Amino acid sequence: MTVSLEAKRAEQPFQFMAASYLIRIGAQPVHTLGDFAKSLRTCPQASIFYHTFQSLEAHHYTSFSSDFAQWALAACNEAALAEQLAVVDLRDIVSLEDLRNILVGIVDDHLKEHSQAIDRRAFEAFYFCEAKEVTVPIGSPASTLAELADGIRLLGHQSLHYHFINSRLRLQLKTNDFSYWIEKSLNHPWLAARLNRIDFYNDTLDELRQDILALLEPQESR
Amino acid sequence: MSTIEIAKPAAQVMPGLQDYAAIVGEPEIIELRELARRLAGRRVKMVNSTAVGGGVAEILNRLVPLIKEVGLPTQWDVITGGEKFFHVTKAFHNALHGAPFEVAPDWADVFLSTNEENRRRMQFDEDFVVIHDPQPVALIAERDANPRRWVWRCHIDLSNPNAQVWDFLKPWVDRYDASLFSSPQFTRGLHIPQYLFYPTIDPLADKNRDLDPEFVSGVLEQFHIDPTRPILTQISRFDRLKDPVGVIRAYRLVKKYEDCQLVLAGGSASDDPEGAAVQQEAEQAAAGDPDIHILNLPPWSHLEINALQRASTIVIQKSLREGFGLTVSEALWKKKPVVASAVGGIPSQVIHKLTGMLVHSVEGTAYQIRFLLANPAFAQTLGENGHQHVKEQFLLTHNLKRYLVLFLILLEGD
Repeated sequence: MTVSLEAKRAEQPFQFMAASYLIRIGAQPVHTLGDFAKSLRTCPQASIFYHTFQSLEAHHYTSFSSDFAQWALAACNEAALAEQLAVVDLRDIVSLEDLRNILVGIVDDHLKEHSQAIDRRAFEAFYFCEAKEVTVPIGSPASTLAELADGIRLLGHQSLHYHFINSRLRLQLKTNDFSYWIEKSLNHPWLAARLNRIDFYNDTLDELRQDILALLEPQESR
Repeated sequence: MSTIEIAKPAAQVMPGLQDYAAIVGEPEIIELRELARRLAGRRVKMVNSTAVGGGVAEILNRLVPLIKEVGLPTQWDVITGGEKFFHVTKAFHNALHGAPFEVAPDWADVFLSTNEENRRRMQFDEDFVVIHDPQPVALIAERDANPRRWVWRCHIDLSNPNAQVWDFLKPWVDRYDASLFSSPQFTRGLHIPQYLFYPTIDPLADKNRDLDPEFVSGVLEQFHIDPTRPILTQISRFDRLKDPVGVIRAYRLVKKYEDCQLVLAGGSASDDPEGAAVQQEAEQAAAGDPDIHILNLPPWSHLEINALQRASTIVIQKSLREGFGLTVSEALWKKKPVVASAVGGIPSQVIHKLTGMLVHSVEGTAYQIRFLLANPAFAQTLGENGHQHVKEQFLLTHNLKRYLVLFLILLEGD
């Protein structure tokens, strides 16, 4: 006898977390791309995380979702560099050191070809920041897909970001919390993979929520 | 300074946290309550230098009741001081924004003795003490006897401070556990943690809530403003750093092409002794032009300010220096196209050509106003984007959340 997906109950329920962030501003701003390249090598991993993964939450109106890319474009007028920094696909990243090395390589390569840009003063300084995270368990744990969908409907923006985007580094598995749980606890790899293909780069968090629910709801009502 | 007479409205019933669910969504409210539960019973003190007028008092008026509501008893104290003290602190304010520091030779004594008098008068037995701006910064002296968690909230732009004033204040600031700034650009490389705290507006306050169109029309009629011609508006205190005379010059450049009107509406704060002189300068610059309306409104004119913003074709904020410029968020919330100086915290609110237009001069202000008057569909898009941007970043509930997270981090011993 097979158990339908909507009826399946996980032995290990999904625990929703409310995530909140406070932005800590670094002490020393950088004013040139040359200094930016140096600081990129030494800044805390939390800064790399904040200006790439975390900034996906905030950039609905700007050209690029990466703070680094946005600064290269808007403050340094280096469109080609900005594009290269922006197109690093965070879905492929499982280590912040790997991400740092990729970003450092992009900046170094650009400055090798455009040495005049090394010491040119940017219109605005760049401040390396990091997000201080506070998480608390929230809501009823979910044991079924319907309960997971109900919980997702009640997640705040930052918590949705935490489970769907920031989780990729926490899990180090190129996936998100929801997909991981659906695959491991409900044994439904197809749905997990489908959920993981959602393009969070081009969604607002409300659109992301709708995209997730649109995939879960047919399963609920099937 | 002559003030227009406006009857004091009945006190607005303060909205409760649940009332904000209709705007920010139920999930945000649930999470705020859950965060606050971790801090239940912890007590907070807020200290600033004025109870009315200016952005800080407005924020605290709305924020303090919400912090109390979620379970943290909160005391808001206002320091007292004589005229000499407030002349010194106004000079501080101007000098921290880069102006020359011109005060009587005994300025340091006046400042420190007034802080000391306030320190002796006040009680400091709360878990968290948040001191707003430089005026009460030396209250941190109390920390020696009372080792609570002390936070300095700086609402002003410190990117280019007068060295004499900053060198005087910095040793006091360094004694705090954390500092809060409205923009990364305002920080001074302090050794204590520096956190980003955007100021916020209350969407349910009289100044921002939806209004009956008939009320808006009535306000225009009251101030003899013609609703059939474009209305350019700057709402701000009469303060040289808000450059009201520069706004009039920009208006005159626009007026060559568009038959528009200008409204300069604001009031004064009890800690600002220069307001009357600045209003007079603006009136002289207006030179009797009947299409320039200079309105000195009493501090309770929130509904009138709201109506003026809603009636505006374009809202201007041509500050020379700015802390954050909450009037920009107010205008964006009302979906108004905004033309504003790229100073202080304004670029955080106005993303050029996406949520408004950033400018750098009188001529640039006039140029962008003319562009928006000629392109109303684009102006409308800016307003729509601006509204969404404020909703995501600059509403009161975000401020409440930042304070709750800050307190949790401080308890963990960041």
